[in-house]
Amino acid sequence: MNTKQTSKFSHSNASIMNRSTESLANPEELLVVKNLSVSFIQYAKGLKQLNLEVICDLNVSVNSGEIVAIVGSSGSGKSLLAHAILGILPTNAKVTGTIRYQGQALTTERQKVFRGREISLIPQSVNYLDPLMKVGEQVQNTIRTKDAKQLQQQVFERYHLSKEAGLLYPFQLSGGMARRVLVATAVSGGAKLIIADEPTPGLHPEVVAETLAHLKELANQGCGVMMITHDIEAAMKIADRIAVFYAGTTVEVAPIEDFKEGGEALRHPYTRALWMALPENDFKPIPGFQPTPTDLPPGCLFEPRCHLRTAECQCKKPEMQDLRGGQVRCIHAT
Amino acid sequence: MNVLTEPENTILEGAQRNGIRSYKLNRRQKILIITGFCTALLIGVMIAAQLMSNEGIATNFTQQNLAPSWSHPFGTDWLGRDMFTRTIKGLAISIQIGLLASSVSVVIALVLGMAAATMGEKVDDAISWLVDLFMGVPHLVALILIAVVLGGGAKGVIIGVALTHWPSLTRVIRAEVMQVRTSQYVLVSRHMGKGRWWIASKHILPHLLPQFFVGLILIFPHAILHEASITFLGFGLSPHLPAIGVILSESMGYLAAGMWWLAFFPGLSLLVIVRAFDVIGDNLRLLMDPHSAHE
Amino acid sequence: MNSAKYVAGKALRMLTLLIALCIVSFILVKNSPIDPVQAYIGADMMRVSEEQREQIAENWGLDKPPVEQFISWAGAIVQGDFGTSMIYRVPVLTVIGNRFTASLALMGVAWLLSGIFGFLMGVIAGMNKGKLIDRAIKWYCLTLAATPTFWLGLILLMIFSVWLGWFPIGLGVPVGVLSENVTLSEKIYHLILPALTLSIVGVANIALHTRQKLLDVLESDYILFARANGESGLGLVWKHGVRNIMLPAVTLQFASFSELFGGSVLAEQVFSYPGLGQATVQAGLRGDVPLLLGIVLISAIFVFTGNLIGDIICSIVDPRIKEGRASV
Repeated sequence: MNTKQTSKFSHSNASIMNRSTESLANPEELLVVKNLSVSFIQYAKGLKQLNLEVICDLNVSVNSGEIVAIVGSSGSGKSLLAHAILGILPTNAKVTGTIRYQGQALTTERQKVFRGREISLIPQSVNYLDPLMKVGEQVQNTIRTKDAKQLQQQVFERYHLSKEAGLLYPFQLSGGMARRVLVATAVSGGAKLIIADEPTPGLHPEVVAETLAHLKELANQGCGVMMITHDIEAAMKIADRIAVFYAGTTVEVAPIEDFKEGGEALRHPYTRALWMALPENDFKPIPGFQPTPTDLPPGCLFEPRCHLRTAECQCKKPEMQDLRGGQVRCIHAT
Repeated sequence: MNVLTEPENTILEGAQRNGIRSYKLNRRQKILIITGFCTALLIGVMIAAQLMSNEGIATNFTQQNLAPSWSHPFGTDWLGRDMFTRTIKGLAISIQIGLLASSVSVVIALVLGMAAATMGEKVDDAISWLVDLFMGVPHLVALILIAVVLGGGAKGVIIGVALTHWPSLTRVIRAEVMQVRTSQYVLVSRHMGKGRWWIASKHILPHLLPQFFVGLILIFPHAILHEASITFLGFGLSPHLPAIGVILSESMGYLAAGMWWLAFFPGLSLLVIVRAFDVIGDNLRLLMDPHSAHE
Repeated sequence: MNSAKYVAGKALRMLTLLIALCIVSFILVKNSPIDPVQAYIGADMMRVSEEQREQIAENWGLDKPPVEQFISWAGAIVQGDFGTSMIYRVPVLTVIGNRFTASLALMGVAWLLSGIFGFLMGVIAGMNKGKLIDRAIKWYCLTLAATPTFWLGLILLMIFSVWLGWFPIGLGVPVGVLSENVTLSEKIYHLILPALTLSIVGVANIALHTRQKLLDVLESDYILFARANGESGLGLVWKHGVRNIMLPAVTLQFASFSELFGGSVLAEQVFSYPGLGQATVQAGLRGDVPLLLGIVLISAIFVFTGNLIGDIICSIVDPRIKEGRASV
């Protein structure tokens, strides 16, 4: 079950040198993901080999005490970003690029040590709990110290879960309770970086609000939170920065203020279109479809759907560039 | 709540879950070669059985009880018959009976599976009850009962094997048809006012045709093994035929005398033939639907 | 209790199946070319006159219409009277009782051994997916699944009895000793080879099934989350894997009574083991209709019982069924 991580750490030193000295000096910078690509070899009908690049050239960073939302549509492979950071991708995944945690390369060995302690995951749903094990026991499993039972009860208390709740099986939990158990599991190890994968899928508005409040609380306590979601509204409620995920890569990273302002404040045409599609704005969907990993366009990934496209866009994938306190992957961005 | 809705990328989900590993060799070629080899082996046995003269299996008292050698690779028996010739001819008989019986079984499974999935809940319940009934009696006991009732012989074996191998495939086909029936394109056809029969013949049958062949190849190994077993026990083919079951049952009387080759080679050949069919079945399924492979 | 309701439902279904089985077997046998009187008389044919034949037929009610015959037969069955075996000349239930004890010992040993070893092999293969040990176990299981049971028995007989001389060739008990006087150690001695044959063949199914289940579980979301929480290696597989595959494995092993019975018929024939399987073959070959019908029913009850025990264990152990969510 060990993950083959073929990260090219050799060239990472050079790339770090080129980065603005400001960000290197930033002691708050908890996690930096640079040029991350994840690909799979797959077999289609007739056993033809396909190489699927699911994440390509992704850049994102999370600071301590900050919530960064990764926003993208369902099923676009955002979860794999979380799995790559934790080092729990399937064995057939090929990973390139650099991931740095607290200024040091996050190697396979460090990932093994940090999983569940320094870095933890809040999963999407109750399906991520062992169906045949009582939830209290599962939380104790992740704590791994002698006073696990006591710690588990403390953390349950913190999230308003009764002692009896620990004796329930996952299928017996209500939606809200399940959410709190998942959060409790993630924080029980005392993590500094928390990755929440779709924390608000199809939940009651109250449960959504409660879950978001938990995340905010964790950030206020100094944790870095990476929130992976398709729910742009939820992201806008609590995030400090939003990274927009499109066809396997980040096309824009922008402070939350730009999203609140909208329109010209945003940098990438896709982000603007997303913003326009919000119900309080134009509520106008974006025409066209997101390309699948099997047939990505040769140039800019958004080019086929972009109203700003020029012949140049078809030639080369644009690089991520700093712009007005954010980052964008578009040659026409201003 | 506003949710970004774009078509789900199912390929991705697949990649994440079905951890199919990467091979250096091209798996497609490897699998095609192995399948071709197994098919050639089966066809080779069938043709060889036709070409071989009956001289080899005639009684020849000058060549009794010979251990395996170049001229008699599988040795000879107490009547001086060449065991290699008997084995090849026996395998050919077994393959023919196995194919006939499993074809009938697959047709039964196909009809019942489709009926269960399309003719309403009552029919479904009845068929699932019937499946349970047939699965309730130990396979071999059911075969013995049918063989006895039909008075034994090739007829008893073929009917017995055909009547007892459909239940598990029926379940598979029922599930398959259920899935197709609720799929998008069938629902669209129904909305367009197409009749039941139209949908069945245009959408469901083409989908099931590959299932028929794969089912046949999957049932076949069971069929051939059961044919050999029941013949071995004395309920099946006539002792005059060189069937594998007959050969092995006869060999029991000569084992104490150390004539190991009488049992060893014929049984091993049967094992190889059954495995060859297994391999073909698995590979065909893999080629049609890579995710179903039991990796 | 939901478990009780669940199990009661299963039991009721089995009862209807058994009744149907009685009807089907009766019709089959009635339409067979076997003449029950002829089969009963057997070797005494020359000494029995035509009148005596008619007498026997009348005693058995063979002159009555089939439906009436069935009712009287079924009525007797319900009261525990399966008739008299024609070849052993004792009540069918006595034959089955004696024979089944011997077969149960054989099947029990094989069942336990194949279950334990099969499960272990499946877990080892699943944990080492794609490695040499996995491929070896998979190859072994697939090959065994294609192996005729009786041929494997013959091979073992040749190796251990003919070549090595460790075991006798054939006969479940020593010749000339009354079955009551056979000691336990002698019984065990005669049990080893047939039990070994059945165990070797029996591991294939359970090992392949366990391997596949473990692979499914290892790719599940909850294993992913457990790994994200820092669990790994054997501890991970033991805590989350084995727990979740044990239940289907136990159910499968209980559902395998059908193959087990069929295997024992073949193994008993090869090793001349005096069990129910051998009696089945004798009953079939010599047209002993009452015994054959009795064995069909008893073997079906045996298979149904296996399935029922599996269901009961499931309903007790699995919290999802126990608490009334049968949609597992």
